[in-house]
Amino acid sequence: MRNTRDSEGRSWGVVANVVMILATAVCILPVVLLLMASITDESTIVRNGYSFFPAKFGSTAYEYLMVRKATILRAYGISASVTVVGTCCGLIVMSMLAYPLSRKDLPHRHLFTFLVVFTMLFNGGLVPTYLLYTQILHIKNTILALIVPNLLVGGFYVLMLKSYFTSSIPDAVIESAKLDGLDDFRMLFLIVYPLATPVLATVALLQGISYWNDWFNGLIYLTDSKLFSIQNLLNRILMDVQFMASSTMGAEAVSAVANLPSVTVRMAIAVLGVLPMLIAYPFFQKHFVRGIAMGSVKG
Amino acid sequence: MSGLTIAARADPGRRRRAKYWTLYLMMVPGLLYLFVNNYLPMIGLTIAFKDLDFAKGFFGSPWAGFKNFAYLFATSDAWQITRNTILYNLVFITFNTCCALCAAILLNEVRSRGALKLYQSSILVPNLISMVIVSYLVMAFLSSDTGFINKTILAGTGRQMISWYNEPKYWPFILVFVNAWKNVGFLTVIFYASIIGIDAELYEAARIDGASKTKQIFNITLPQITPLVVMMLLLFIGKIFYADFGLFYQVPLNSGTLYDATNVIDTYVYRALIQIGDISMSSAAGFYQSVVGFVTVLGSNLIVRKISPDNALF
Repeated sequence: MRNTRDSEGRSWGVVANVVMILATAVCILPVVLLLMASITDESTIVRNGYSFFPAKFGSTAYEYLMVRKATILRAYGISASVTVVGTCCGLIVMSMLAYPLSRKDLPHRHLFTFLVVFTMLFNGGLVPTYLLYTQILHIKNTILALIVPNLLVGGFYVLMLKSYFTSSIPDAVIESAKLDGLDDFRMLFLIVYPLATPVLATVALLQGISYWNDWFNGLIYLTDSKLFSIQNLLNRILMDVQFMASSTMGAEAVSAVANLPSVTVRMAIAVLGVLPMLIAYPFFQKHFVRGIAMGSVKG
Repeated sequence: MSGLTIAARADPGRRRRAKYWTLYLMMVPGLLYLFVNNYLPMIGLTIAFKDLDFAKGFFGSPWAGFKNFAYLFATSDAWQITRNTILYNLVFITFNTCCALCAAILLNEVRSRGALKLYQSSILVPNLISMVIVSYLVMAFLSSDTGFINKTILAGTGRQMISWYNEPKYWPFILVFVNAWKNVGFLTVIFYASIIGIDAELYEAARIDGASKTKQIFNITLPQITPLVVMMLLLFIGKIFYADFGLFYQVPLNSGTLYDATNVIDTYVYRALIQIGDISMSSAAGFYQSVVGFVTVLGSNLIVRKISPDNALF
């Protein structure tokens, strides 16, 4: 009996490993193809197509991007600053909203919590939001377009912070800090923040990822390519590969278009777009997994 | 001690207000943001009932009654986008949940810690990649002249190459696959977190009774995570009227020949508003989505609240 059970357990283990190795391959291989395509010789791709094992390597795509590095560095800079500014502001504004809501003694707190929850149930959608931001707040073609609409404060994150504050910060701590004469702002920044680092880190991470990966705000609110984040640049090149060359003026543009290694350069710039995330991933991997498990508790 | 606190001591009503005014002050930026970003657009939904004229502005434009809706539902687009949005979501929900459930159960059978960590982090990678880059990945496989599938797989086996971006019939499968590729890992990790939370004593007792591994999976693991699965299903069904814009717009490269298979409410609203500039059609479609979406979210949450109040939004 024991033996058959052991062998049954082992075969489950084998099946599990085989399936998971396949799943891992399916998840990773497309990124490998992208990487290989970007370092393949241009004419080899035109002849053989994108391949995992290119017949001939080449670096023309990256050389071309080096020449045009100003555009790319600028886009990186915009992505990075939008991510940092958006995440910091968002975290402060959201925790300042979540902390009072977590205080059981605050009058009307259920009403205010409902105001947050309701934004998750019902929304005005694209048309009124777009008209509001473009016609009334005139956010079009400003850097604020990448930071403010829909990303700064998420009802879901506010509730996540609120429930963590409620469950993990003992009332006694708040009471004794109050007796020590701490006002509510100091209380939040000096007492609550240090006690809530896990949830703050999780929310910052999830929000940071959504800022870095966001391309929708840029798509609808930006026409000025100087403000493009790396995602918007990628998006533009996806639809129009000539864009990379066309941002050059005059006679230089003609040669830029003529020399454009259009098939590999697309893949090379996509690699540049995905690389920062993949490099950072091992460092935040643990928090990311925990964040997902934490998030699933609420929706 | 400030004068305010001394004065507050004298009057209990004022003392109460004084006690909380900083907390209310703290909430102002967040509430103001929600008011502008979320509540004003809700009021703005009423433009679906207006004949919007930019010269006259929102308030000056005349009311149009249900005219915009009459136009919208007279087109074949209305049926197409409703059908696509709902059917795709139903398939996504079923397919992703089944895949994630299987993967989570199998993940639980992996004994090596190192392998477990590797699998878990790898299947989450697609979730970190933006839809724009996903479109590049899909293009690397499907591009007509240089794609991996056409050049290596189809040409390599001597078959006819396919113009993927012009053939709507393949796209339901492509979109289901891409969506699963991006989202199954995330769902797997959620299910797996719940599986490892199952009381170890249940398995211990089953082992003593001589239950096989397969029996344990069907009689302990599955029933134990059913509440979570049901809850996730309900929350997804609540969102059935919303589609992932990037998936349906970027991944097919906004290809016009594919609209029959790729047009959903979100892409319709976007194209009508940004590309055509037709406020009346886009606002009518947006209103339709918001209202029906509200009903489904509300309905699913009411059911979730019955089953497990902790997981409901309200």
